[in-house]
Amino acid sequence: MSISITLTLNGAARDIALDDTRVTLLDLLRERLALPGTKKGCDRGQCGACTVLVNGRRLNSCLTLAVTLDGAEITTIEGLAEGDELHPVQSAFIENDGFQCGYCTPGQIMSAVGLIAEGHAGEDLERIREGMSGNLCRCAAYHGITLAVREATRRMAEDKKGQAA
Amino acid sequence: MPDILSRPFRFGSNSGQPITRRDGIAKVTGTAIFAADNMPDRLLHAVIVPAGIARGRVTHLDAEAAEAHPGVTHVITPQNRPPLQGDPSAKTMMFSFRIEVLQDDAVRYAGQPIAMVLGETLEAATEGAHLLSPRYDVEPARVRLDDSPSFAFDPAGFGLPADVEHGDVDAGHRAARWVVDATYETAAQYHNAMETHAIVAEWDGDRLTLDMPSQALAISCAAYAFYFGIPAGNVTLRSPYLGGGFGSKAFATGPQVLAILAARMTGRPVKLMLTRQQMFGPVGHRGATRQRLRLGADDRAALTVIDHEGLAETSSFDDFVEPAAGASQGLYAARALRSTHRAVRLDIGTPGPMRAPGEASGSAALECAMDEMAEQIGIDPLEFRLRNYAETEPGTGRPYSSKALRECYMQAAERFGWAGRPLKPGQMRDDNGLLVGWGMGTALFPCPMFAAEARATLRPDGTALVETSAADMGQGAWTALAQIAADSLGLPLEKLEFRSGHSGLPDAGVAGGSGHTATAGGALHAAGSDVIRQLGEIAAADPASPLYGSGNAGFVARDGRLYVADDDSRSEAFAEIIGRAGGAAITGNGTASRPPEDAERHAMSSHGAVFAEVKVDPDLYQMRVTRMVGAFAAGRIINPRLAESQLMGGMIWGISFALHEEARHDPRTGRIVNADFAGYHVPVNADVRGLEVITVHEDDPYVNALGIKGVGEIGITGAVGAIANAIWHATGKRIRRFPIRIEDLSTA
Repeated sequence: MSISITLTLNGAARDIALDDTRVTLLDLLRERLALPGTKKGCDRGQCGACTVLVNGRRLNSCLTLAVTLDGAEITTIEGLAEGDELHPVQSAFIENDGFQCGYCTPGQIMSAVGLIAEGHAGEDLERIREGMSGNLCRCAAYHGITLAVREATRRMAEDKKGQAA
Repeated sequence: MPDILSRPFRFGSNSGQPITRRDGIAKVTGTAIFAADNMPDRLLHAVIVPAGIARGRVTHLDAEAAEAHPGVTHVITPQNRPPLQGDPSAKTMMFSFRIEVLQDDAVRYAGQPIAMVLGETLEAATEGAHLLSPRYDVEPARVRLDDSPSFAFDPAGFGLPADVEHGDVDAGHRAARWVVDATYETAAQYHNAMETHAIVAEWDGDRLTLDMPSQALAISCAAYAFYFGIPAGNVTLRSPYLGGGFGSKAFATGPQVLAILAARMTGRPVKLMLTRQQMFGPVGHRGATRQRLRLGADDRAALTVIDHEGLAETSSFDDFVEPAAGASQGLYAARALRSTHRAVRLDIGTPGPMRAPGEASGSAALECAMDEMAEQIGIDPLEFRLRNYAETEPGTGRPYSSKALRECYMQAAERFGWAGRPLKPGQMRDDNGLLVGWGMGTALFPCPMFAAEARATLRPDGTALVETSAADMGQGAWTALAQIAADSLGLPLEKLEFRSGHSGLPDAGVAGGSGHTATAGGALHAAGSDVIRQLGEIAAADPASPLYGSGNAGFVARDGRLYVADDDSRSEAFAEIIGRAGGAAITGNGTASRPPEDAERHAMSSHGAVFAEVKVDPDLYQMRVTRMVGAFAAGRIINPRLAESQLMGGMIWGISFALHEEARHDPRTGRIVNADFAGYHVPVNADVRGLEVITVHEDDPYVNALGIKGVGEIGITGAVGAIANAIWHATGKRIRRFPIRIEDLSTA
């Protein structure tokens, strides 16, 4: 049995033949599409390491069966930078030391991109902390993560203003 | 007393700079390759089947059902497991644990591997593992400290801590005007690095290649080689990045040995990644403790005795006893000190070292007891600690190699705003009516050095290659070690290529004990210095060099040039010196270990002080840490940005220890009922605010040539006690069991 789905994956259309309906989006990315940047930390939606954007919304890819995503637009950590130019969230994570081991980092960054797009945290640190609390970091780089999200929020707002002007 | 400031230090331009992580771009773009990200051709996926009981025997596994599932290729059980060449119960080296690798049908703890299923896909192997449907002969589980008799043991190095006694303990008790006699309990905690233990194993004849996170590459190679009867040199271990370690990735584990065995049995590469639930059992944990602290103080508030008894759990088949009581040895100037340990055998996986082993649990109890004593005497807890400040090491009288603890107390107290804190509890409320409490604790962690080797090669074009098999588990080895190496060669960082995380490189020792930067960094420093020494010899003997004939004066390397020491007018670029000498690269080798006489003559520790504010809801007893300031003196800081992150991470582990982490066993089945991230709580982002870290500089000429002590673990110590003491200060309730829970406060 093979089921075909079509995804827009990091901007490119992909036809994918699934031989197994049990495959999660996370395992599809990691084990079948050679995109291991998205990480597995718990495989049951408790840690956020596998966060990706699906149709612009952040989502735990370990809890989502790939077959349910026909037609979806998916962005993973590999699709965030434009060539050598890092996404503002990525550079803010480096500058604010928003990670140590780096394992939860792809999920943190995708979650931050999603949070900023949602627009309800703004630059309020307490709201950022709350909005980022679905992403565990065992190294506990939370201080840097919070500052990175605020800085990226600010920079992206400025960029937007600059483009509009 | 030597003047420690009079010995000159070479300060390079790289060390001390808060540069960002050199592995930063790889980690924010998802291109940093962790073990389980590897996907060789013909890969088989392995899934472990964990025991669902804590003690007994496996009586049946439905291997036929599993094998019949499409995509399942092999089912490995004790019945068909191929032999290992090395005995899994052997203790062949200092850091050996007895491992569980399907050697029989006995179940020794819940979560022990009882079978392994291989499949063409992860989905098939996972389903196959479920289909095994194990049945058991069940025996009653022993999982609580009171479930078995305690026993004394002979100390035997790693895992079995020695008891220590200094001074006349009985006299200390008799001389006490004030007495604290309190018992504290700490919970079993599991490392739970975000990256679970993963491995991709592949055989080529009798040569083995492993992609596996490792805190100790050379030791791991030797251990795996032992089990498979091959020379250690036949094992190649690649561990460029660890997704956290915290002590759990320094040792050979049973599941990883099984994956290697499966690869040999099938002739195909095998990938195994433990599930989060499987992290609770076969890969170590911080053992639960019960600690009795008896403190005596005289009428001038001077400690007459610290008498610390530790009881800790270990497994039924191996020994690792949390060395908690040892934490009372090096801190306060008590007239008499005693630390003793006993153990209890339970049906659990063997505990092991977890970030700040001994010190974290021991300091939690000691700092609470100190607070209780200050309360009893009626003096400020900081003042009480200052009155018992140890100018020399308690018990031995040895001088400290350096100790800026007083400065830590002062700076952290000032920053926190400790002055004016009411002595009595329950005096402060915030605008919302929440109870506010302030507490403090002293932080202490030893600064060991291990042995390490490194190699540095200065290339003819003036760039350099430096190599050592260090482990970066988030502490920043890729960055801080490169900074040290660049300074040792007098090169800017961008002219340095740093190879690490591969067993084929010189042995960098263990990333543990907070000693990796000092140890691996020391070896890199020595290797670079060896290159510069050779370069100087060439230049001094070369009549065409501006440095000709200056050999006795010595040299300084800076910005890719060699200078005559104290004479900046005479210098030459590295490339020019090498070019005239025939253009061959210069290779230097370095080792690091601490000179035994320095280790003998001095007490060596990092120190710190942590102050915490908590707010507690007076009706619901919900607790939150709202502010924390930690000041730490840990010798020279190579990279302040990374060191502060690590110290802060440690303090958050303190929050976690004090308020969150606890593996809870069902006493009937012996299983851990909260073995995942929904039930096993660690701090999330919203739990962490208002944290500040101060680093207090120390020049320490004795710890090692670089003056580095280490910052990886000390952040937890002090923090746990500070939070518990703050909760008492807010509520007037002394909770002597960690983690402190709402129900503890509501029923106290």
